[in-house]
Amino acid sequence: MNLQNIINEIEKVDPEVYNKMDGRRAAMKNFTNFGSKIALAALPLAIGSMFNKAYASPTGTKDAIIDVLNFALSLECLESEFYKAAYAAAVAGTLAIPTGAPMMAIKTIRDHEVAHVNFLQTAITASGGTPKIYTAVNFDFTAKGTFPTVFSDYGLFLAVAQTFEDTGVRAYKGQAGNLMSNKTVLTAALNIHSVEARHASHIRQMRKVNGSLVPAGIDVKPWITLNQSGIATSAVQASYNGEEATTQATINIVGINGFTAVNANIASEAFDEPLTKEQVITIVTPFFA
Amino acid sequence: MPTQNSHDKVLLAAAEGNIKNLSRRNFLGYIGGASALLLTAAACKKSDTPSSSTGVDLGSKDTGILNYAYALEQIEAAFYTKVFESPYAGITADESARLGDIRDHEISHREFFKNALGAGAIISLQLDFSTINFGTRDGVLSVAKAFEDLGVSAYNGAGHLLASADYLLLAGKIVSVEARHAAYIRDLITPGSFADGLDANALEMSRTPNEVLAIAGTYIKTKINASNLPTS
Repeated sequence: MNLQNIINEIEKVDPEVYNKMDGRRAAMKNFTNFGSKIALAALPLAIGSMFNKAYASPTGTKDAIIDVLNFALSLECLESEFYKAAYAAAVAGTLAIPTGAPMMAIKTIRDHEVAHVNFLQTAITASGGTPKIYTAVNFDFTAKGTFPTVFSDYGLFLAVAQTFEDTGVRAYKGQAGNLMSNKTVLTAALNIHSVEARHASHIRQMRKVNGSLVPAGIDVKPWITLNQSGIATSAVQASYNGEEATTQATINIVGINGFTAVNANIASEAFDEPLTKEQVITIVTPFFA
Repeated sequence: MPTQNSHDKVLLAAAEGNIKNLSRRNFLGYIGGASALLLTAAACKKSDTPSSSTGVDLGSKDTGILNYAYALEQIEAAFYTKVFESPYAGITADESARLGDIRDHEISHREFFKNALGAGAIISLQLDFSTINFGTRDGVLSVAKAFEDLGVSAYNGAGHLLASADYLLLAGKIVSVEARHAAYIRDLITPGSFADGLDANALEMSRTPNEVLAIAGTYIKTKINASNLPTS
């Protein structure tokens, strides 16, 4: 970071320093091509470096992107602390996550979320922003008493986990458009977005096996059918409202081009829907202490 | 190799198609689409090299990226359709139901792109699945896994090449469903492998269009010209 620090210091005196070093487009292009050659551990730093180069001016765009990254970081903190607490409860014997595959899967997902927290934190710092970190004390996973047994009832734990993953997918999707001015950050966000979707798919399969809190007549699938949560409580419904969409960009997907197998269920499953930042904040606020 | 004249006719037809579909496809950002088309035409006239005019041209700018996605969805939809012509030995009811869902999702994606692109859509590609063993579970699922992972990496790698925020959102709506598929198929093969193959930061590893097409090429008979796709 010495070089970056030096450049940052120069920037305080001469905001045009990056434009003088190389053009914004060249910086982005070079970085995009260069990405695969950078050591993975160095990637967040490299993003920050490129970021500063490209967005030394105007600062408004840079701040907007850091805001999105901090929003993403808050959600990753929520998830990572959630899985850390659940895994610890399972080890302590107070949450009955079955040993073997289920325990391994929760550990895997926990580790991914922790890695996402670290990635975003480093990227924000290296970009000249201040990461807003939330720790265990900042959360109330009972959602103010709505889910009092979330860390003692395995079925409820899985239900909340599914809701977090599906919400996370929708949250990243909703922010993609706000990252278009920075190709590297956009690609990184997309590469997290699809991992959250993989988690959602797996947690849903775990819920199907477990069967707890699954409403009668509902087959929990790896994907979202209509606006069904597949969870026997209305408390999580806001995370699924809007997923029932069957029209995409004015094109009706149901029965498209004569394919009668494409009914409303299929049409809604085939496209996941975004949530706005405001919608996501409303959903997750009860989980913040 | 089409003659310059026929190339112009195709472009003209594409332009006319766009105008016809304008009212129901205002989401396409018609002005952007039209200027992309004009640029394509200009580019064709300027660089009349054989290499840039052989094969099915995916096109340039956002149209090119949408055609790229359309090509990948054609492969996936055709693959799962063929899986169901003669399901593999020992397929369970649950596997049949979920793989059937996936087939229909991929058909939804393919037909969506076809309609969204209108006259700008590439043709239906000739595919070659002769290397796939459709008779066994391993044969089908290993290829399904490869296609789903490839699709996810392709959408993730193409997002930054799109100029339209509407298209980026649409790609985002589709890629997370592909990732759900990928995780499910992976778990069918090896339980718990839903997100194997990430980088050290637990990020997906995206691929460029050239990387994707080099892999997908095994299954495509029709020659594809991706040389006009945006690269940055």
